[in-house]
Amino acid sequence: MITLAFATRKKLYKVEGLKTSALTPKLIEMGLYPGQEVMCMFVAPFGDPMAVNVGGYLLSLRKEEADLVLLQEESVNKIKEEK
Amino acid sequence: MRLKIALVGNPNTGKSSLFNALTGLKQHVGNFPGVTVDKKSGVLKLASKEVELIDLPGTYSIYPRSKDEEVVYDILNNPQHPDYPDKICVIVDTSNLERNLLLFTQVYDLGLPTILVLNMSDVAHRKGIRFNEEAFLKEYPEVTIIATNARIGMGLDRLKTAIFNPSIPPKRSHKELLPKEETKQQVTDTEKRYSTIKEVLQKVVVQEKNNKVTPRTSWIDRLVVHPFFGYGIFLVVLFVLFQLIFSLASYPMDWIDGFFGSIATYFTELLPKGLLTDLFVQGILPGIGGVVIFLPQICLLFFFISLLEETGYMARVVFIMDRLMRPFGLNGKSVVPLISSAACAIPGIMSSRTITNWKERLITIMVAPLISCSARIPVFTLLIALVIPSKKVLSIFNLQGITFFGLYALGLVSALIFSLLLKRIISTNEPSVLLLELPVYKLPRWKNVGINVVEKARVFLVGAGKIIIAISIVLWALGTFGPENRRKDAFSKITPPQNNALAKSNYEKEVRAVNYENSYIGILGKSIEPIITPLGYDWKIGISLLTSFAAREVFVGSMATIYSVEDDGSTQQTLMQKLKSEKRKDGHPVYSLATGLSLMVFYVYAMQCMATFAVVKRETNSWKWPFIQLFALGGIAYLTSWVTYLLFS
Repeated sequence: MITLAFATRKKLYKVEGLKTSALTPKLIEMGLYPGQEVMCMFVAPFGDPMAVNVGGYLLSLRKEEADLVLLQEESVNKIKEEK
Repeated sequence: MRLKIALVGNPNTGKSSLFNALTGLKQHVGNFPGVTVDKKSGVLKLASKEVELIDLPGTYSIYPRSKDEEVVYDILNNPQHPDYPDKICVIVDTSNLERNLLLFTQVYDLGLPTILVLNMSDVAHRKGIRFNEEAFLKEYPEVTIIATNARIGMGLDRLKTAIFNPSIPPKRSHKELLPKEETKQQVTDTEKRYSTIKEVLQKVVVQEKNNKVTPRTSWIDRLVVHPFFGYGIFLVVLFVLFQLIFSLASYPMDWIDGFFGSIATYFTELLPKGLLTDLFVQGILPGIGGVVIFLPQICLLFFFISLLEETGYMARVVFIMDRLMRPFGLNGKSVVPLISSAACAIPGIMSSRTITNWKERLITIMVAPLISCSARIPVFTLLIALVIPSKKVLSIFNLQGITFFGLYALGLVSALIFSLLLKRIISTNEPSVLLLELPVYKLPRWKNVGINVVEKARVFLVGAGKIIIAISIVLWALGTFGPENRRKDAFSKITPPQNNALAKSNYEKEVRAVNYENSYIGILGKSIEPIITPLGYDWKIGISLLTSFAAREVFVGSMATIYSVEDDGSTQQTLMQKLKSEKRKDGHPVYSLATGLSLMVFYVYAMQCMATFAVVKRETNSWKWPFIQLFALGGIAYLTSWVTYLLFS
């Protein structure tokens, strides 16, 4: 299973769960609860931090923070490009 | 008793805009007791009734994850708390209901009269979100729903009325909050709430377009986080910002300087000669002037900072700088305070409040004075002109310019090195986090920018002003009083005036110099001579070092007094000549290259600024950190200057 830190850009995922850490409550409160749809939008220069669309808003988080978020893959064809 | 109304909400929901719109400038900013978290409150009037509005720190959950958020929990969990509200307004971003409603459901369970403010209705509208109020009321029957758009002032009157409406005592019961430390239970609770919210939203919200998670990135974001253009744009923004600050601030600063100079002259002539007049004219007035002189830079800096914050650009700066700052124990959010410090450390330190992690905030505050501020410019200019020859290096670079640049670079590099050291020294169990929302780009709301500037100016004047004026009076007293017999002896050695005007004015200058030399601060300056001789300084420099604790640029004025040069516009030239011809006992000039460089290095490190000292006291809420900073930077200044002197002599 991959974590959010290794998510492919512009690909839709669902959050599977969170690794236990001091940050778990904060991550959940920011909307990264199991079942939430997430998509990595862009990454800062030097590869870290990253900006993730979390259920409709843009959240920036560090790689080590994103690494706490476990992902389940969503079928890619569900993504509809909005024009 | 006025009713208390608390405003709560996630960050970036326009909560502060609403608060500003409701209270205007009739707001009071202070600290919550014991912590350096802004407490904003204001009085709201409708007809003859008044309520007290309290703007609680923005938070994503009622359970605290930082010191700021703890304030929210502490107030709402304790009905005996003096700030416990009678009614709560939960402000939500309508375009992002799911995450925003988490806090709402937590607050609703407190059982207090609750108003749900659906803010940013315009953004929601654009996203095609329709909110069905009736359906929502079926789920949360005891809530008053008000849709607003704080930007254009829509819905404000209805919100006001709802705030003043006598509340019907809620029928739902008060549910106790979970204990602060029970994070496991909190996680379970949050997950449960989110699944409820999802169900509710399915009944309540009609989303016309399916645009929840789309791969679309705004063109601005593609530009501002670009590895090349991103930093390029940031540099351009900085360049323009500093150009504006330095070019615009110099006018009001000159006016303030001139104004305090002329009222001092006015009062000197008006009031009877005496100690009280001296205290007022030479102690208190310059003290107040010394506080006010910082205002133009503080206001301009906060004007630009809040402008960039309002638009949403600042979050992107944090985003691209975080990786670069992290190895030094700093945070992306340290960038703004440190950059501001290049103009003035005071607004820099005041803007460090956005850093939620205490350790990172403290490191930022501790190293901020190392970034060369504008007050060092007159000192550096004088010293460079004095000891560095104006010659070309490699046929294009000017040696004086290189020295100037070198001093700035030395400050910056040292700031980073000290951050690294402090990162190891200061211990914390608070994890370093970024987790920052990148808000949608918006046009700035000028009213918010204006209120923010006024607020910061007020905080500085009131919070730091007291300490600054007190120190100025002490410095004045030390410079005015001195042992009488010692002064008499000194006076007997200078020739009394002849009957021509020039000699008379020279005599007056000499009297001033003698007075100064034999004042307590003069004696102090002389008594530290053995300590500062290794650095290449004499007692005259010693006195100036002591007095320039008031502010670095005082160094120049103080030197002018000691060398009995008239302190007017042409000070620099005359002073320069005097300093250049100053000889030691052995016939060598006092201001050799080694002494000059050693002094410059001293001013790079030493915390010669009482205003910074006062602001650090305020921002850390303790005397411990400003004193540690004062002595640590002073010690480092001493050592590095000593090494510099040794190397160049």
